[in-house]
Amino acid sequence: MRVALFLTCVNDTLYPDTGRAVVKLLTRLGVEVDFPMAQTCCGQAHYNTGYRHEAEPLARHFSDVFGEYEAIVTPSGSCGAMVRELYPRMGERARAEGRGDTLAATLAPVVPKTYELTEFLVDVLGVTDVGAYYPHQVTYHPTCHGLRGLGLGDRPRRLLQAVKGLELVELPGAEECCGFGGTFALKNSDVSAAMGVDKVRNAESTGAEVLCAADNSCLMHIGGTMTRLEVGMKPVHIAEILASTEEEPAV
Amino acid sequence: MSGTYLGMPAFPEAAHEAVGNQTLRGNLRHATHTIRAKRAKAVAEVSDWALLREAGKRIKDHTLRHLDRYLVQLEESVTAAGGTVHWAADADEANRIVARLVKETGESEVVKVKSMATQEIGLNEALEAEGIRAYETDLAELIVQLGKDRPSHILVPAIHRNRGEIRDIFRKEMGEWGRPAPEGLSDTPAELAEAARLHLREKFLRAKVGISGANFMVAETGTLVVVESEGNGRMCLTLPETLISVVGIEKIVPTWRDLEVFLQTLPRSSTAERMNPYTSMWTGTTDSEAADGPRVFHLVLLDNGRTDTLADEVGRQALRCIRCSACLNVCPVYERAGGHAYGSVYPGPIGAILSPQLRGTASEIDASLPYASSLCGACYEVCPVAIDIPEVLVHLRERVVEGGPAVRQGNKVVLKPAKGHAAERAAMRAARWAFTHPGALRGGQRLASRTRRLHPRTLPGPGRAWSGSRDLPTLPAEPFRDWWQRTNGGKGGAK
Repeated sequence: MRVALFLTCVNDTLYPDTGRAVVKLLTRLGVEVDFPMAQTCCGQAHYNTGYRHEAEPLARHFSDVFGEYEAIVTPSGSCGAMVRELYPRMGERARAEGRGDTLAATLAPVVPKTYELTEFLVDVLGVTDVGAYYPHQVTYHPTCHGLRGLGLGDRPRRLLQAVKGLELVELPGAEECCGFGGTFALKNSDVSAAMGVDKVRNAESTGAEVLCAADNSCLMHIGGTMTRLEVGMKPVHIAEILASTEEEPAV
Repeated sequence: MSGTYLGMPAFPEAAHEAVGNQTLRGNLRHATHTIRAKRAKAVAEVSDWALLREAGKRIKDHTLRHLDRYLVQLEESVTAAGGTVHWAADADEANRIVARLVKETGESEVVKVKSMATQEIGLNEALEAEGIRAYETDLAELIVQLGKDRPSHILVPAIHRNRGEIRDIFRKEMGEWGRPAPEGLSDTPAELAEAARLHLREKFLRAKVGISGANFMVAETGTLVVVESEGNGRMCLTLPETLISVVGIEKIVPTWRDLEVFLQTLPRSSTAERMNPYTSMWTGTTDSEAADGPRVFHLVLLDNGRTDTLADEVGRQALRCIRCSACLNVCPVYERAGGHAYGSVYPGPIGAILSPQLRGTASEIDASLPYASSLCGACYEVCPVAIDIPEVLVHLRERVVEGGPAVRQGNKVVLKPAKGHAAERAAMRAARWAFTHPGALRGGQRLASRTRRLHPRTLPGPGRAWSGSRDLPTLPAEPFRDWWQRTNGGKGGAK
């Protein structure tokens, strides 16, 4: 099976390790991964800040770049939700504005074949034990757009539970937002930071070494709060845990 | 209350103080988490919750679609049952009607059932200006009124107060308004409730005019419904000779049978009860001397921005709201910012989409409310009428930054973009350009990576909004795309 890695602009620029982990993991599972070099950004930040019309060219670009692949896999719940939930809505809005079906028709092909990573593993490849090894105590934070937008449910937890050596510890208040929220983190920084501190304190209370999530934007906020508060926990993307093996353990 | 909120600062400034107030944070955290857990339990008991939610949504959508017809039907039913219907286009008109109706009775005081609509229009203040004293009889509204405070929650208006603060307010203020607090009042719930009960009882027995809102109005019968917990509503609805109800036009349901849905979803969503203690229903007036209920009944139907809201195809879903406050109780932003920061009688997620629609986005507070959310979606998940609050928030953000067509006071207008977004707009356009030119993006990434040793640990200017409380991520030596190309996707050898 040949799939396109939709890494996201944030991961491409700031978290290439996550991208390498996805490539390593999927290749190990027999998937042929391609990274279309023309990919940029799905337009989520534009859309969610109120710049829907600026997001439209980005969505069209996304569709041009990824339209021909069998499946599109992304290690980001929120960018995945952007394509799956909000691209159809952008099409509807364009129609309501009297601009016809062009945008809806352009975006339609990529919507059903875009998968968040854990969803792709569990639903498409049908695996929960990916042969990973990660001898650490881990607590898992389900990010909002993955949890409530895509409905990832217990897929990430099932994948983590099957990892050899990994001890999964319950995170109190797990389903509460970490406070990132894209431009919310800047526009309402006091509230955002207060939410981040509460998330970090809850994570700290578990005694785990690692806080795992399936979205690096949230981890950027949580991790930045952790180092500011000098909490000695490590934020780690789930792809990096699942890619880790006894032969090649993640550091 | 509407006047109280004029000149409110934008949400982030208003929230700043609340976030740092540890007592308030503690009160809110305790209260919202308690009710959140109880609600989840009460909802989980109902096997067909998802169907009830869908039914509630559809009944409301159907009613809103045919609101013109149902309003006329309601007016006919209420009139046939002996009531009088008044139409108020805005807050001023509603206040003038109510003040006139009270004056016609010759009375100078009224008892009030807890009502969001009368708070929305600032009725108490308007009556005060006409020499009429309005007494709030809901316990929490009484606390707010005695404390010269503002409500901070739809269902629990004094949620920001703890027991000690309430005892102090009762001791200090009750005497000014009527029967004073008992000597040596403590802060135990039973003593506080008894003090309120004694204080209110004399008002119930004396009042000749009652003022209420309504949770529902049944078009086919002209019946109004008030759902409550304390029995103060039942007192106000049955004892006074004259009853004046001020109700938003979106509170209609077509038939009695429709109540079946909402009388299940509302109590479980709001107070986490299977059924609320008091559900009062009245149809027009009571003619018999022996029977309870008002001899004179006036219904003031309030628009105040609702028709404008109805004209917006994305935003109109906010009119489904049944004021349960489940969205407030799960909202992480509300929990930390408190209700007052929202600058409206409608705080929390529903307030963030209602206020900028009912009042427009012209003021600083209203233009900032659509951003008072991380879009986490917890509000949508618990909403018993499935209002997609994040969808409406994003839609209103667009109205703020892009302007565009809207309806105001019944007229089609084209709104200008709000001020103060010029730099952001320029940044968004620049980002859009870079993201549609992959080569430019790559150049920027490389530049950022190669200069990473020069990057400061904290940012100046607007960047402090991030680095004031969080460390910045360190940039990698190369972006992923360079690695991919250099290693041929990790397989080795240049591509």
